[in-house]
Amino acid sequence: MQRIGVFVCWCGSNIAGTVDVEAVSNALKNEPGVVFSTNYQYMCSQAGQDLIINAVKEHNLTGIVVCSCSPRMHEATFRKTAQAAGLNPYMVEIANIREQCSWIHKDMALGTEKAIILGKAAVAKVNLNAPLTPGESPVTKRALVIGGGIAGIQTALDIADAGYEVDIVETKPTIGGKMAQLDKTFPTLDCAACILTPKMVDVAQNDKIRIFSYSEVCDIKGFVGNFDVEIKKKARYVKEDICTGCGLCTEKCPQKNVPNEFNLGMDNRRAIYIPFAQAVPKVATIDPNTCNMLKNGKCGVCAKVCTANAIDYTQKDEIIHEKYGAIVAATGFNPISMDKFDEYAYSQSKDVITSLEFERLTNAAGPSQGHLVRPSDGEHPHTIVFVQCVGSRCASCSEKGKEYCSKICCMYTAKHAMLTRDKYPDTEVYVFYIDVRTPGKSFDEFYRRAVEEYGVHYIKGMVGKVSPEGKKLIVQGSDLIADKQLKIEADLVVLAAAIEPDKSARPLATMLTASMDTNDFFTEAHPKLRPVESPTAGVFLSGTCQGPKDIPETVSQASAAAAKVIGLLSKDKLKGNPCIANANELMCNGCSSCEKVCPYGAITYVEKEFRMPDRTTMIRRVASVNEAVCQGCGACTVACPSGAMDLKGFTSEQIIAEVDAICK
Amino acid sequence: MQINNENEYKPLIVAFCCNWCSYAGADLAGNNRLAYPENVKIIKVPCSCRVNPMFILRAFQRGADGVILCGCHPGDCHYTSGNYFTRRRMTLLFSMLNFLGIEKERTRVEWVSAAEGAKFAATMNEFTEAVAKLGPNKRLEDLRCKK
Amino acid sequence: MQKITQKMLIDKAVSLLDNGTVTKVLGWMEGQFKYDVSPFVFKSKEALEKGFVFNHFCGANVSKYLVKETKKDEGKILVFLKPCDTYSFSQLVTENRIKKENVYVVGIPCDGMMDISKVKEISGDGIIDIEFKDDKINVKTLYDGDKEINANDALLERCSNCKSKKCVYYDELMGENGEVSDSNRFDEVEKLEKMSEEERFNFWQNELSRCIRCNACRDVCPACTCEKCVFDNPKSGVENKAIADSFEEKMFHIIRAFHVAGRCTDCGECSRVCPQNIPLHLLNRKFIKDINSFYGDYQAGEEIGNRAPLVDYTLDDIEPNEGVMKGDEEDA
Repeated sequence: MQRIGVFVCWCGSNIAGTVDVEAVSNALKNEPGVVFSTNYQYMCSQAGQDLIINAVKEHNLTGIVVCSCSPRMHEATFRKTAQAAGLNPYMVEIANIREQCSWIHKDMALGTEKAIILGKAAVAKVNLNAPLTPGESPVTKRALVIGGGIAGIQTALDIADAGYEVDIVETKPTIGGKMAQLDKTFPTLDCAACILTPKMVDVAQNDKIRIFSYSEVCDIKGFVGNFDVEIKKKARYVKEDICTGCGLCTEKCPQKNVPNEFNLGMDNRRAIYIPFAQAVPKVATIDPNTCNMLKNGKCGVCAKVCTANAIDYTQKDEIIHEKYGAIVAATGFNPISMDKFDEYAYSQSKDVITSLEFERLTNAAGPSQGHLVRPSDGEHPHTIVFVQCVGSRCASCSEKGKEYCSKICCMYTAKHAMLTRDKYPDTEVYVFYIDVRTPGKSFDEFYRRAVEEYGVHYIKGMVGKVSPEGKKLIVQGSDLIADKQLKIEADLVVLAAAIEPDKSARPLATMLTASMDTNDFFTEAHPKLRPVESPTAGVFLSGTCQGPKDIPETVSQASAAAAKVIGLLSKDKLKGNPCIANANELMCNGCSSCEKVCPYGAITYVEKEFRMPDRTTMIRRVASVNEAVCQGCGACTVACPSGAMDLKGFTSEQIIAEVDAICK
Repeated sequence: MQINNENEYKPLIVAFCCNWCSYAGADLAGNNRLAYPENVKIIKVPCSCRVNPMFILRAFQRGADGVILCGCHPGDCHYTSGNYFTRRRMTLLFSMLNFLGIEKERTRVEWVSAAEGAKFAATMNEFTEAVAKLGPNKRLEDLRCKK
Repeated sequence: MQKITQKMLIDKAVSLLDNGTVTKVLGWMEGQFKYDVSPFVFKSKEALEKGFVFNHFCGANVSKYLVKETKKDEGKILVFLKPCDTYSFSQLVTENRIKKENVYVVGIPCDGMMDISKVKEISGDGIIDIEFKDDKINVKTLYDGDKEINANDALLERCSNCKSKKCVYYDELMGENGEVSDSNRFDEVEKLEKMSEEERFNFWQNELSRCIRCNACRDVCPACTCEKCVFDNPKSGVENKAIADSFEEKMFHIIRAFHVAGRCTDCGECSRVCPQNIPLHLLNRKFIKDINSFYGDYQAGEEIGNRAPLVDYTLDDIEPNEGVMKGDEEDA
């Protein structure tokens, strides 16, 4: 028989305001197994915890019930308290009488009654609790970073700097991500390439970091400290270790008309290509969809001109298996498709472009060598209209856009407007906005410079229609402050398209068993207190895969994720969750039902010899649970027909005892 | 102010909530002070797939008027696939209970994420109301070998 | 089609015993009455010739007995399996309950077995002897004289709704293999589904209230081969026989039906052995029917190694609340 102590917390007036705590502690005194029951203002405080510790010692308690806030808040606290009192931490159960009772019920009598029942259920459970000891598992001291943009780069560099091995998996032929496509960065107007490419080089030269470019993660198994990952290194038909990146092949390739993704299709590349001059790794890649040699065996020019003999048309996808202790998701973002925004004539006119296209257009390495020209005729635009919030804050049309604010558009639009006016004073610049949001260091100052120094015309209001007329684009919009409709004859219209998580994030989340929100951004373990961790242990979040962010924020989050990874990898052993499945061999049929529902492959079978009552022996096939792999979901316990499989900490007996206590 | 009629029938609802989504959703409902009836009593399980049909039958037999099972949305299970098994098990169990003549309004599965505090409260209000309309659960208590 | 006789089976068994293929034979032995046939393991030629029977009352599904017999270190066992027994057999092999390598299966065709309670409805009580012919029996009774009864007029329910005459597993086949049949086995379930909730409840309360908890359904069920049944295991939280207001008493049949859901081959043994004639097979068939309509046709035991529907899923399975509603739509 247990000797249970009940501790009812007032939580100041949070609980005591609607629940008669004295009545609760008195009522629970009479429950079976309870030998001590009291209440106190703040059980989680040091004084409250001391009260528990003293009671354990004074009354020789074997189990503890705390009636307080959600176990999600303080279960860990009270387990530590129990441990300090010399008890097994798993001899504690929490009755949630705050979130589930005092906070939602107004009537003192009813709230008290419910709190007593919740307390009884917890007492009934503790009566059946048994001490549990967590198993230990080793930690593979290597991290995987998925995504090679600035977020992944920063995370990898920081982890490597702490002395741990890191692999970066990037789907594109080069790392660098979106930042590599940008021209200047707000609010300091540094050239993006000038600050990014040295970091890319650092990655390439760091002997702790391996880059798997043009690769993707196909499968993830395992758990924190012990992930087994399958990486597919796609055939690039160029031997990565031999190619010198001289670029001769990319000049000689006769297939000239392949839209260049890096410049968002605004110019062409060859079938064999290096995305941009500072690419890392700086090796060529053959695009199998457009290469004549790969398609029909007719060409072979690149192989002929390559002095290093790096071309290999027979190269195959390579599957790499690697173990990792921690995984960082850094899958980044993309601007949303403008296909559904016909009102802005994006698909009708080449001179309606997105902001990212504008970045390429003004970039010295871009399709127009940095000259701001109209994509349609190469002429200099004299009037440019920027439209903000295209698809952002778009609550009414969720099919087209996103409900959230994309966060970065206000600032980059101010940057674009300012740079345009700086370089081409003869160009008039209009910006249509709903609100201008500038909460960041030196952000508002930056915006004010655009308006006040550079004379950018900021118009509060949305654009209703863009219609191409001859060489012009007629922009119709409303000016809400002047309360009038505007019609602007523009040469170029730039749409600040909303950003969304990369499409690879959803399947990755499934592989990681990490949760996502409705917009496919990864969910953090706690929005305020654990913002760079996924709820799935060992999975960390870096950059825009968690939510829209600008570069400084991304970099700080990337470093924060790295710090978390380093903290994990610095441990030699991880203590597991002791609430795991356990097969009673005497009852196990060996039927394999449990094995089939286990998401972790934690169940294996052994042939075991059993002594029968008549002193003969019989060999039976019985289930065996790998303690380090089992995560304690309990799927097996229900699949098991004989009830041989049970879950420690949530045994059938315990749950039925709770049911009985509630339904009594 | 709430008026309490002593004779008013209040159904007893047992809600099994998975630790990762629905229990957190219930906490969020609490954080936001979103009320639902006192008669809803929550039992925490690691995953909805831990809920054995036996637990549900036990609740009914011991006097529960309705049993609701809440888990992560399909695809969002903390354990990847737990709620998919829950979905099959409960589909068959509920259909069987209805086949035995148990009102289908007494059993429910809802997927409630950690962010859906409002949904949790609304679901509990709505479910309680639906069960209240049926009156006390007698059938499952009576469905026994001795009439 | 060649009719399988008792003599043919004994001859086959004797030859397999003689040539050392098997060391024992699982078949049927006559009990106190002619119709009272039960499974038995014969270990010698003499025992076979003395006690082995095969007649219209050999309905018993012997596959379950192989769970224990194949674990013994006694060499191979010969078993004669009717088509529906082969489904149970391969399901048990799938669940690693039967060691296939310790069994020699002879598949035998079957035209349906007789139900003694139906026979008695025709013949009346006081059966003193039964004479077996090809497709009929001659019943001698104390009170009503002799009666000739066609086998087809007194088939077991499961045989009149036979799901398959095909042996899905065998080492050797006697006679010709049959086909999966078009059966109306779900008609009764559909009839119940069309009733109102209250009517259904009354039906089942009437049926289940007759249960005397003799455990015959469990003991005969080839899906109930657990080393220890949850109803006998205090740790399961189900077992509480001693208490008058017992959960186990009230929920026994629902829990049992759920435990075998997806694994039940619909062999109908539960209903055959129920002394109270409770149509227990309808519970199992409801599960089978739901599984077929929700997750695609599935026949437990059809093939060794098949994955049972309850340990499987698809990403777009029907939602539980919708599954229950489905019956309503069909009503409308």
